[in-house]
Amino acid sequence: MADSINTLRISITKRYGGKTVLDRFPLEIRGREFVTFLGPSGCGKSTALGIIAGLVPATEGEIWHDDQRIDNVLPEKRGFGMVFQNYALFPHLTVFDNVAFGLSLQRRPAAEVKQRVQEMLGLVRLTGYEDRYPGQLSGGQQQRVAIARALVLQPRLMLFDEPLSNLDAKLRVEMRAEIKQLHARLGLTSIYVTHDQAEALSLSDRIVVLREGVLMQVGTPQEIHDRPKNVFVADFMGFRNFFDVELGHANGGIVESVSKGLKLRARATDDLLGPAVMAIRPEDIRVSRSADDVNSIRGKVELVEYLGREQEFAVSTEEGQRIWLRSAEKVALGDNIEITLPVEKLVLLPRD
Amino acid sequence: MAPARTQERSELDWVAIMCLAPSLLYVFAMFIYPFIYGIYVSLQPLKGEAWSFKNYVAFFSDPYQYVTIKTTFALALPNTIVVVLIALFLAYGMRRGIWMERTITTILVLPISLGVIFLSEGILGFYGTNGWLNQILLGAEIIQEPLELTHNFTGVILSLFMQNFPFCFLMLLGYISGIDPSLESSARMLGAGPWTIFRRVMLPLIAPGLIIAFALVFVLSFAVFPSAVMVGQPAGLTRTISIAAYQQAFEQYDMSYASAIAVIMGLCQLAALIVVIAVRRRTTIATTMGVGKR
Repeated sequence: MADSINTLRISITKRYGGKTVLDRFPLEIRGREFVTFLGPSGCGKSTALGIIAGLVPATEGEIWHDDQRIDNVLPEKRGFGMVFQNYALFPHLTVFDNVAFGLSLQRRPAAEVKQRVQEMLGLVRLTGYEDRYPGQLSGGQQQRVAIARALVLQPRLMLFDEPLSNLDAKLRVEMRAEIKQLHARLGLTSIYVTHDQAEALSLSDRIVVLREGVLMQVGTPQEIHDRPKNVFVADFMGFRNFFDVELGHANGGIVESVSKGLKLRARATDDLLGPAVMAIRPEDIRVSRSADDVNSIRGKVELVEYLGREQEFAVSTEEGQRIWLRSAEKVALGDNIEITLPVEKLVLLPRD
Repeated sequence: MAPARTQERSELDWVAIMCLAPSLLYVFAMFIYPFIYGIYVSLQPLKGEAWSFKNYVAFFSDPYQYVTIKTTFALALPNTIVVVLIALFLAYGMRRGIWMERTITTILVLPISLGVIFLSEGILGFYGTNGWLNQILLGAEIIQEPLELTHNFTGVILSLFMQNFPFCFLMLLGYISGIDPSLESSARMLGAGPWTIFRRVMLPLIAPGLIIAFALVFVLSFAVFPSAVMVGQPAGLTRTISIAAYQQAFEQYDMSYASAIAVIMGLCQLAALIVVIAVRRRTTIATTMGVGKR
């Protein structure tokens, strides 16, 4: 884009009454990066986006765009584009006029407006829909108009506020790919807010996980997915088994600990000692006995959820530990089976 | 599948008609029948006499009578415009809620609950020649002669405003605060300032509600009667069409002529409504095609 961003530095605090929604939320975004704010509802991610947009005033803090401080700049002067969850199209204007809205405010010549709007509608595959009204379009089409309306102004920064959460599952996956493509093709810098971990993983260069206004972890999708730093992030990224353990000193890079009669070995993490949590994803557990008998457990199948290709089921040990696993292996309710928690897949986390 | 569906639908229609019947009956008994009866009476001056337009001819050939139409329009139209504009201004300003919103709304709405008579008495007491306002202004020597604010045009306008404003304000506030706030946010993100947002986004969306509010306030103020008598000058300047009808009915005891005047009044209101609806058609084609009302 013509006037792209090099860096955007943020450090903001937001309080509503006595409640702190964002606590000195720090972030630095580089040009052409795709950053996602991920977290459950009420974690402050949309507030953070609103503050960056200028629509929500921050209680304290600064926003710097390169060497220019912009937290006092009005939203209409920031030159950012924004896409809203409910599309926020102007219902009284046609698709063409919706997309042309920003350009016409800039008093561009009609020919240029027409050409740029047509080009943008082509890019979001809506050529031929110029004269329709938003009420005559499907949700996916409306969101594409909203994206075109923001992009046609060549914004320095694109802000997406849960743009896909009103769409059905199939459309969501399609639109996700489209947004990713647009981002790459146009060389955008984007901030994207979502509560959907799959969306965050597939779209982002970097993910920022938030919980009640506090930054829990920042990292690439792979880092967040494979090496969560705390129980919250692990839980959010699909770890379903957590074992409270007391960690001793490592022996050859391996720690061993007992949790409710379960003897577990995991790869040691340097700085963890004492109370901790071991976590593993259901899909990382194998239905078989390991050759050396390490981390192998016998248990009874208590619950089975059919998922299509696989099923997710709960196995209960004699000591009353319940372990969730996912496998294509056919098991039935009440079966006694042996499972293995691979040492390298167990993640050590600090206890909250 | 298809027959089953039509059957289900016709059953629903039947239920709908059943549910509608009491209100239809009410509308017929309380509105349509008296209305038709009024037209009937107005066309038959005396029992047994032949039908004629005599009363209508009499009305339109007597300046004392037909000028009431002009008088009423002259009161109703400016009042409606002022009420709608001020209500729009305030309601727009309050659309996202303000400090002490409940208290302020209650104060604004209070006049509705007081009734016209009480309100008019209050206007006389406050704005009258010996009212508080004049006494304060005279006492402070800001004016030398008392202001003539009652028993004339101004008095009726004041009273009409206080009666109609709360109603119009509430209606517009509901309408405006029902518009999705993210529309404003998205317009801002596209570079629109507050005035542009009002003119290009909000006003077109408010327009249907504004037009309906205009129509209702106009009809209400066109029927002005108590305040025209109490704080106006019912013999002259504020002799509205409803006063003309009242005098025929209860001073001249000519029910037939009075009915004719009432019918003329109804037709005037209808004409105004038709104009308003025509304007609405033209301005809101777009919104009714799209999402329109939210």
